[in-house]
Amino acid sequence: MLQIWYDIAEFLLPFEWIEHNFMKNALLAVLLITPLFGLLGTMVVSNKMAFFSDSIGHGAFTGIAIGALFGGLQPLLGAVLFSVVFAIVITVIKDKSRTSTDTIIGVFSSTAVAVGLILLSSGGFNKYSSYLVGDLLSIRPRELLLLLISFVAVIALWVLIFNKVLMISINQSLAASRGINTLLVDILFTVSIAVVVTITIQWVGLLIINSLIVLPAAASRNITTNMRQYHFVSVLISMFSGISGLIVSYYLDTPTGATIVLIAAFVFFAFFFLRKRFSQ
Amino acid sequence: MDKSLNHAKCSGSCCNLCCTRIENLGVTIGNVTILENVNIHIHCGDLTAIIGPNGGGKSTLLKALLGEVPYTGEFRFLDARGDRSIEPVIGYVPQHLDFDTGIPASVSDLFTACLSKRPAWLMRPGSIRKRAKEGLKKVNAEYLLDRRLGALSGGELQRVLLALALDPVPNLLLLDEPVSGMDQGGLELFYNTVAELRHNYDLSIILVSHDFDQVSRHADRVVLLNRTVVTSGPPQQVFGDESTLRCFGITGFFADGRMNGRMEGENG
Repeated sequence: MLQIWYDIAEFLLPFEWIEHNFMKNALLAVLLITPLFGLLGTMVVSNKMAFFSDSIGHGAFTGIAIGALFGGLQPLLGAVLFSVVFAIVITVIKDKSRTSTDTIIGVFSSTAVAVGLILLSSGGFNKYSSYLVGDLLSIRPRELLLLLISFVAVIALWVLIFNKVLMISINQSLAASRGINTLLVDILFTVSIAVVVTITIQWVGLLIINSLIVLPAAASRNITTNMRQYHFVSVLISMFSGISGLIVSYYLDTPTGATIVLIAAFVFFAFFFLRKRFSQ
Repeated sequence: MDKSLNHAKCSGSCCNLCCTRIENLGVTIGNVTILENVNIHIHCGDLTAIIGPNGGGKSTLLKALLGEVPYTGEFRFLDARGDRSIEPVIGYVPQHLDFDTGIPASVSDLFTACLSKRPAWLMRPGSIRKRAKEGLKKVNAEYLLDRRLGALSGGELQRVLLALALDPVPNLLLLDEPVSGMDQGGLELFYNTVAELRHNYDLSIILVSHDFDQVSRHADRVVLLNRTVVTSGPPQQVFGDESTLRCFGITGFFADGRMNGRMEGENG
């Protein structure tokens, strides 16, 4: 099945960089990951959850440590389970407590990192330091299938619950008056972020994954006035940065994830300075 | 006048109208009792105003009715045919929308999110747009359909939220200080719209307000709430009982009975 993609890519893109299979894999990964970041990012930014998604990354890091301890060679399953629980716990505590959300997230985030570091140090930290930076070019065919599954699942979820997420984002009481189960929707939303972040963290890296979620949506907000524009432009920026970042990093021999983030940041600043022309 | 007489005659039953009954309602959060033993009975078509000092539990009462905070006691909505409880459709206009004003969401998006199953990020259903336009027309806000929410003035936003709360037509409409941040013109328009609604639809309204002038002009009944119902009755009666009001820091009534009272320490 992957061979079909290889043929299409070589046919459509007669360039030098696409000749390598690892580049074709990476391109496919970018095409699957970046739209998700663009979509989920819109509500992460609108709900002021940038810090939250950052801490989910930290939770995923700890999850990988725990997975490595118990699960042996393939730590991903342990990591996903852990960060899903992590996301649910934070969301429920946020809902039940009056402490500021920032504080709660800060507490959990630092605890998670501390636990992760201690666990990993016993098993040789270097082996897992790749999770900090990530390596998109290392992605393998089997992992692409996993990405495809999460791609379909997240899009489906976003079609089903988006209206409710938007209502809660605008006003929680208003959403409740419409019969929306706000806690459940919040949990579904944060769990989807947790799963996406955890799965992609090994290719994107803990240090920059959050920028990929926040930057496209933050850039898009500057020039859009309704939800369709907001999502469309956000996904477009995300995919543009992803694809161009991959190509640029190939020729300049720079880390792929970081190159993508730099391009997204450049787009953000460009739109930021243009925002007055679009404001309504 | 007629209405209040009616109430006196058939207190206790619903007089063949639908009605809302709040019985022995209490809310305790942690160790703090915010409301206890609250009894309010509202007939259809009535506008009941809830006044009271800050921290008296006005907003908490609305939150309990919305199911946002757990409560003890009963909240029942009885339909016109008998004493059969039904699940009421509740419309709610929040006090001030504490939302991210930079969010690229239009008024049309808000209606889509509320009324449609189709995701607002992917589609803009024509039927919903038409429905939204009709709803906005009722509050003279048709022209706001494609505006960004964050770009609306306080009064415009309240009117949009009122239009939203009325679709689908609710059995019970909860208005939490709906006029904060409205100018005089917007205020008149808002109350006129509410008055019109009561005539055209069979709905009960609970209004939390600090604007006693408007309350005395528009409400059928006033409930003074401070942890429990301190006093309730027609506006003349409640506002006439100056000693009770003063106890709760509500002052500024003129001897001639004109209501322009203000809550002490209130900032708006």
